[in-house]
Amino acid sequence: MDDLLREFLTETNESLDVADTELVKFETDPGNREILNNIFRLVHTIKGTCGFIGLSRLAGLAHAAETLMDEFRNGRPITSGSVGLILSTIDRIKTLLAEIEQRDGTEPEGSDADLIAALEAEVARVPEPVAVPAAAPAPAPAPAATSIGAVIERLERELLPGEVPLAELDRVFRETDVEVRAPKPAASAARPVAAEAPAAAASHDSVSAQTIRVNLGTLEQLMTMVSELVLTRNQLLEISRRNEDSEYKVSLQRLSNVTGELQDIVMRTRMQPIGNAWQKLPRIVRDLAQDLGKQIELEQHGAETELDRQVLDQIKDPLTHMVRNSADHGLETPEARRAAGKPERGTIRLSAYHEGGHVILEIADDGRGLDVARIRAKAIENGLCTEAEAGRMPDAQLYRFIFHAGFSTAKAVTSVSGRGVGMDVVRNNIEAIGGTVDVRSKPGKGTTFVIKIPLTLAIVPALIVRAGEERFALPQTVVLELVRVREGSEHSIRRINGTPVLSLREQLLPIVDLGAALGVRRREAELVGNGREDALIAVMNVGAQQFGVVVDAVSHTEEIVVKPLASMLRHVSMVSGSTILGDGRVIMIVDPNGLAQLAAARAEKTADMDTVTAAEHGAEKNALTSLLLFRAGAQGIKAVPLSLVTRLEELDASNLEELDGRPVVQYRGTLIPVLYANAEVERRTSGRQPLLIFSEGTQTIGLVVDEIVDIVETELRLQLSPATPELIGGAIINGIATEVYDVGHFMGAAFGGDLQVTPHFEGRAHRLLLVDENAFLRALLEPLLRGHGYRVITCRTAREALDRLSADRDFAAVVSGVGADDVDGFHLAEAIRNELGLEDLPIIGVASTSRPELIERGREAGFTDYVAKFDRPGLMAALREFASNEHLEAA
Amino acid sequence: MTTHSTTVDRGEARQYVTVRIGGQLFGLPIDTVNEVFSPDRITAVPLSATEIAGVLNLRGRIVTMLDMRRLLGVAPATGPSMAVGIESAGEAFGLMIDEVGDVLLLEDVRKDPNPSNIDPHWAPLVDGVYRLPGELMLVLDVQSMLARVTPARAA
Repeated sequence: MDDLLREFLTETNESLDVADTELVKFETDPGNREILNNIFRLVHTIKGTCGFIGLSRLAGLAHAAETLMDEFRNGRPITSGSVGLILSTIDRIKTLLAEIEQRDGTEPEGSDADLIAALEAEVARVPEPVAVPAAAPAPAPAPAATSIGAVIERLERELLPGEVPLAELDRVFRETDVEVRAPKPAASAARPVAAEAPAAAASHDSVSAQTIRVNLGTLEQLMTMVSELVLTRNQLLEISRRNEDSEYKVSLQRLSNVTGELQDIVMRTRMQPIGNAWQKLPRIVRDLAQDLGKQIELEQHGAETELDRQVLDQIKDPLTHMVRNSADHGLETPEARRAAGKPERGTIRLSAYHEGGHVILEIADDGRGLDVARIRAKAIENGLCTEAEAGRMPDAQLYRFIFHAGFSTAKAVTSVSGRGVGMDVVRNNIEAIGGTVDVRSKPGKGTTFVIKIPLTLAIVPALIVRAGEERFALPQTVVLELVRVREGSEHSIRRINGTPVLSLREQLLPIVDLGAALGVRRREAELVGNGREDALIAVMNVGAQQFGVVVDAVSHTEEIVVKPLASMLRHVSMVSGSTILGDGRVIMIVDPNGLAQLAAARAEKTADMDTVTAAEHGAEKNALTSLLLFRAGAQGIKAVPLSLVTRLEELDASNLEELDGRPVVQYRGTLIPVLYANAEVERRTSGRQPLLIFSEGTQTIGLVVDEIVDIVETELRLQLSPATPELIGGAIINGIATEVYDVGHFMGAAFGGDLQVTPHFEGRAHRLLLVDENAFLRALLEPLLRGHGYRVITCRTAREALDRLSADRDFAAVVSGVGADDVDGFHLAEAIRNELGLEDLPIIGVASTSRPELIERGREAGFTDYVAKFDRPGLMAALREFASNEHLEAA
Repeated sequence: MTTHSTTVDRGEARQYVTVRIGGQLFGLPIDTVNEVFSPDRITAVPLSATEIAGVLNLRGRIVTMLDMRRLLGVAPATGPSMAVGIESAGEAFGLMIDEVGDVLLLEDVRKDPNPSNIDPHWAPLVDGVYRLPGELMLVLDVQSMLARVTPARAA
């Protein structure tokens, strides 16, 4: 391919992108002659250059489009159809260009007669007597001018469809306002066309005179060299740090400054406005709007925000995908919008701005918002979480499921989106460049995607830490803070059934030991085992996940030059690259995503351990329970098992409403009953008050308390019988008498099944096997049973329970959940009776419904007794009756 | 490319850098060898293949070091190692060996195919044998050596 052609291809592609954008603008602002002239010039340039380098097919197409556009210039009314036609022509031109590039400069076979005919038909459709003569001086035989006659003679053939008689070219030059700057045309046959390119280029951007095209390779090389320079500077600085009073200090400082500035400038050469990545979007949105029958306005803010070319390339596709998504799923049809009281025209708002070494990109629509219910259902269906977990999850967390692979809530697959590939790819692409993506949504108000990406990938600020004998670089962009944990400090490492977690302010974060994660040292055992409480932890935030990374020492922060690893090392999950430190030593850059995955696995394990209990480790006697401590009323501390709390909210008194005489509040679009923990809790009439949310399936309640005090992990041993029905009992927690509240009571009070029986306190340690798939029920019953002196082993499935029982029959009773359509419970009872032959083992069913036929069926299956789910006293009574008898018989 | 050996008239000849790994003499075609250096301050890459000794900084370039003894399945070295720098697909590698010997000019026709009783672990890495006075020199196939270290899914 010769240089001329290559130049042509590059320029034309750029021009076409501009033309796309301009045309869409034009469609909405048909009166704007400047836009029209711009487009006309672009198309014309393409046509002219094509003819010049012998691309007749392209030229023919461009010509036909140009003719139509010329009509517009002469006042022909603009219709959406005609703009669409020109857009398709531009598409065809792009296809042809791509093929030409592939075929090394030759045009592909084929004809564009279809499009040309359509374009011509459009021109002919509404003949405008006034416009025609001026607009399209028919490619008639040469007018009088002799020079033109000479040209045609020189061509020695008829004009091809795309070729233009010189007269027309001449006219164009006269009409275009850049004419003055162009060299005098018509001097020779070749001149006018050759002169056109620079003329047109100069026309649409007068700044272009001050810019030059530089080969990308040269820029990359320059960048590499600067990186080396930065490195060498760092090395020199390191040396000078060791030699206190060296005389080259001043020069070195100067060198350092200059290097820094040089780095800045070179980085800037790689910077491009983000608008470049947005260029294709107006066109895409326009086409989508037409296809989908929607009205969409695309707003762009901060298009001039600059970022590294490499980064820009990487986000183009994810960005396009997200805008398509917004147009397709996010925005409603005009009818739906009207019905919702919104303007018919939906808006997609793109904005970009800088924020501390990052570029923040937002894609916001004012559509219907994400459908939480569908996402929740889908997440459960895909096995991403259990029903109880989903019920307890905050909306923001549920929304993030859309970034999981194969997750699409679109009801129908359209050509645009809905195939469930996409958002996970988007996330991967963004995370691959060290960025993050998050989503916010409000039902009926719209959805906003927030992308945070680093300005550049070549040089990143990093925290140099030590793990074992090695140093590692942690990208600083993901490090939120450094926390020192030691005895008596504000933050501490706690254990949830043996797995260490960091208790940081209100959060419990999973922690990962860097040395152990990287396999450079096995200290995990030490950390878990003998209660090492003194640790240095970097709190990191990757995506939606926060976790702590235990390091041995923190050295300093440094701008490091990222050096990619050899391809054979790129699969190593915990390492994303390497860098050379000031002392010349190579160190590894830790991949935050790898750590995040590890932390996620850790968090899952913790959650599992939490509910399955540490029975396997022989720790059942003093298994720990996490309790949320709060104040309600003037005196004493109250507690509820933390595992039951869905989330902590603030109740704004002004939002409190009354329904049927009971206080309710709107929560995630539904009304939930609000209960007060006891009579003493302040009934505020203004301001805010802490609200604990408990959810079970579709049932959610809010419990008002006065103040959240702490979260503790303790061995729950109830000391006192409860005086009131809302309590499980009293316990000494951290040396303070604490009332443990029974969430079941409140759920019962809110949704019926209110019970008044006060149970007796059962002091002896009988072992109970608690079986239920529902984590909520397990979490509800386990502390209750344990609090009443039972030793509780929990199992999630019937299978698990049977395995347990066949190995270990020393249980006083089995407590098993029985759902409405849950055959597992019945199956379990039958298997215990028949397969294991444990005919006398009491089996108590905890039923979610009290339908008589279910109870009958349960009796047949072998259940000893039945209690309703929130009937805590009933359960205790049943246990007292059956489990104690069993125990006596066994003894 | 002049050498101490006599000019060869008949057929093609090739220069080999000879190296010793665990007592065995190997030859590397000289055009694959960039340099010979003494490896210093190697940084281990966590969770990487055991054949990869780590990476080091060689004049500002990151060089991936391969432990040839591990790769060939011979006992770990006791003394200090040397390294031969090679380049493949734009990436720099260092082969850690025991010592570097002479550069030999050897005629292609004198190269014998791999003997049939060669260690099956070595066979894919060796591309022929030269019978030198007193011992055998195995020609190392650099590409298959690198392929062995590269994880299968990346290949």
